[in-house]
Amino acid sequence: MTDIASPTVRISARPESAKRDIGIKRRYAAERRFRAYGIAAISTGLFFLALLLWTVISNGYTAFQQTTITLPIEFTEKVIDPNGERTTDSKVLMTANYPLLVRDALVKQLGIDATKRPLVKQATDMVSASSRTLLRDMVVADPSIVGKTIPVTLLAEANIDSANKGQIDLKVEESKRKVKDQQVTWMNELASAGVLKKSFNTGIFTFGASSRPEAAGVGVAALGSFYMMLIVLVLSLPIGVAASIYLEEFAPKNRLTDLIEVNINNLAAVPSIVYGLLGLAVFINFAGMPRSAAVVGGFVLTLMTLPTIIIATRAALKAVPPSIRSAALGLGASKMQTIFHHVLPLAMPGILTGTIIGLAHALGETAPLLLIGMVAFVVDYPGSPMEPSTALPVQIYMWANEAERAFVERTSGAIIILLIFLVVMNLGAILLRRRFERRW
Amino acid sequence: MSTSLLLLLIIVIGFIAYFAGRARSLAQAGGKLSNLHSLPGYHGSYVAIWAMLPAALVLGTWLIAAPIYIDGSTRAALPDTVQSQGTAAVQLALGQVKSVAGGLLRLSGEEVAALQSGAANLRSTLAAKGVALAGEGEPYMVTVAQHFNAMAAANRWLMTAAVLLIAIAGGIYAIRNIATRFRARNQVERVILGSLIVASSIAILTTVGIVASMLSEAGRFFTMVSPFEFFFGTVWDPRFAAAGSGGASGQFGLVPLLTGTLYIAFVAMLFAVPIGLFAAIYMAEYASPRLRSTAKPLLEVLAGIPTIVYGFFALVTVGPFLRDISAQLNGLATGNYQNFIQAQSVVTAGIVMGIMLIPFVSSLSDDIITQVPRALRDGSLGLGATRSETVKKVILPAALPGIVGALLLTASRAVGETMIVVLAAGVAARMQINPFEPMTTVTVKIVNQLTGDLEFTSPQTLVAFALGITLFVITLGLNIYALYIVRKYREQYE
Repeated sequence: MTDIASPTVRISARPESAKRDIGIKRRYAAERRFRAYGIAAISTGLFFLALLLWTVISNGYTAFQQTTITLPIEFTEKVIDPNGERTTDSKVLMTANYPLLVRDALVKQLGIDATKRPLVKQATDMVSASSRTLLRDMVVADPSIVGKTIPVTLLAEANIDSANKGQIDLKVEESKRKVKDQQVTWMNELASAGVLKKSFNTGIFTFGASSRPEAAGVGVAALGSFYMMLIVLVLSLPIGVAASIYLEEFAPKNRLTDLIEVNINNLAAVPSIVYGLLGLAVFINFAGMPRSAAVVGGFVLTLMTLPTIIIATRAALKAVPPSIRSAALGLGASKMQTIFHHVLPLAMPGILTGTIIGLAHALGETAPLLLIGMVAFVVDYPGSPMEPSTALPVQIYMWANEAERAFVERTSGAIIILLIFLVVMNLGAILLRRRFERRW
Repeated sequence: MSTSLLLLLIIVIGFIAYFAGRARSLAQAGGKLSNLHSLPGYHGSYVAIWAMLPAALVLGTWLIAAPIYIDGSTRAALPDTVQSQGTAAVQLALGQVKSVAGGLLRLSGEEVAALQSGAANLRSTLAAKGVALAGEGEPYMVTVAQHFNAMAAANRWLMTAAVLLIAIAGGIYAIRNIATRFRARNQVERVILGSLIVASSIAILTTVGIVASMLSEAGRFFTMVSPFEFFFGTVWDPRFAAAGSGGASGQFGLVPLLTGTLYIAFVAMLFAVPIGLFAAIYMAEYASPRLRSTAKPLLEVLAGIPTIVYGFFALVTVGPFLRDISAQLNGLATGNYQNFIQAQSVVTAGIVMGIMLIPFVSSLSDDIITQVPRALRDGSLGLGATRSETVKKVILPAALPGIVGALLLTASRAVGETMIVVLAAGVAARMQINPFEPMTTVTVKIVNQLTGDLEFTSPQTLVAFALGITLFVITLGLNIYALYIVRKYREQYE
């Protein structure tokens, strides 16, 4: 029995005993698995990047369009200045009942019975309450328009704007949504008459803070950010470059310079909110600078950006080969001349790249600005860095806390603007590096 | 003369000094440049520095010292009745005197006389000129305000005269020094070197400023709340500080905040470390140069996105998604469509923060893995190990200290992150282990305590500095240890 069976067994067993089982299949499977984990990890990262950008863009691209209603407004003297006092009393034009003008124009346009109060209320709700200031400013700027009829483009109210953009589900029961059926009918009526239309939203670039989404924009915040970036650039570039030149070229290697070096590396990793506390305690509390001012924000962001710039500058200086220095010194240049005439110009592209990246980082920073009081409701453009202002990322933070649907759109729109700034800055840095980078 | 005008004048003098110095050195050289030790430009700069630097230093000191002196003198001029009422009353009177002084400048001589005799009402007279006064104001204030105005005017004249005199004297002194053998360049370079040293000490000053400001404010906090209560207290309930109440009692326990911070950072690391590490390994060991040159910068874009954008992402996308999916899951399992994950929760904040941390982990680890010497890799592959075995058995053990350093640096970033947790983690300070519930962090509470109008006397605001110094110490410890490891590791393979 066994004699017959054994040869067949031996034949099949022979290759196995000759070639020891080192589990090659298992090991290759493990290899493939390992590779797949790597690919999965990278794709997960990229997936989240795409998701993040998609969230922002899909929520925000509509913010660049705004529904407007163009109505022939009759600036009747009876409403604006019933007693004919406008030449003597300047307050008359400021306090006149401008919403009434809008109401009259709207009632006329829609052909509704002016005595039906609820219906009229629904109609006036379609126009942004910011029309009041718009008309007031028009009349104050040019009082001669009183008594004339002028077509004026007014902003539509945020909910009408959303409905017009198709963001409100009209199948929901009427009592549960903010736009009523009657308003939708009017909206369509006005749209077909060419009175109500979507146009490019310039307001989001020019307006300041507002509690009404349709009248809120990032213009004021962007100016505050611009002031701060100017201060950061003017202060941190010279100081950072000077500090790096000393540390890289002059400093003797001793305990003190070692300490400075460790210190700078640490400062680069200190949480940004700690810089906010520093600014609050030193600049506002101790030095008595104004709260909410761009100048304090600029100082805080400068301190925050300095380590980044110093690290980049030192790397750029280090990359300049010693032969340049030796040649200059050999021809009789002093050490200072060697550095300022030869080493620094060669290191400049690297320094500028580091500076732009540092600035881009400072532009997106929010937390320290919250602590120095830049979370302010600023409506007017700050005239100087000493005046109260706010910043682009802080404006985003404030809008993110608003509950209305229309503010989500505005927030995303503001984020898109911020990201465009960052992309432009970083592209500039990359181009600079490509164009001027030298390999020694 | 206003300060900015004075500053402009100093700069003008500096310009003149530069050209004067240059011209004089050229004249001394007699038209032959090689006679000079230094180039004419250095002589010019030397004179300009002497003209501008001392004057600017005096101006700076004067601007700081003079207001202190004038305030002291004005305070002494206040009547004894005010002096005896304590510092707060004196401070208030001083403020009023200053606004009166500002108003007096707009009044005519007769009006001032009327005010001094008490015939006219101070407040209404000033209000007519557009100066608002807090309080009624008293006749003695006019006298003191006049004293103040006189001092301020005298101070201004003295300062202008002194600064201009010093600028001109410095310039003349320097011009007289110029000679053909004069080493102007060495002098100028010494000043430049000095300014370089000053610039590099700003880094040190920043650290000193952070530590000193936080320690002094936190010190004031610890006089009101005992350090033991703060560091070991398990209840965070600061209450509101009513203005002038001197700080009502609240409970300031650090433990719940610290737990929340560490918990969220832990979840974030749990999410970021595997993804980041595997991405780094794949990019360092497997990826083709083309994939590497596209995927690496793309992942690093994640690090360049401002954290407020991540916060918004958590708020509108991740939070609601987790809430809805948990409701669906719960519904499938039990039939009860009740969400068990809150929109603001530890996982929401943790995941979003994890996404932000992926590029930190991957870039730092990538650098460290590529630093492992080629010979180790080749040796292992030559012995027949597969690539993954090489990674697991040779490269990772060799790179481990560096990677641990990188992870510590990442952890310190997670602990100090603010905007994501402000928007995604919630504000409820409680200790619990359910990751689906909201928790709060040290940074959120710093923002909460310091936003809005505040006075720097109540423990409710000062506690932010105690939290800040705690945060600073934690991140500093992590950073120093991580940098030490990374540096040591780098030396090993250099």
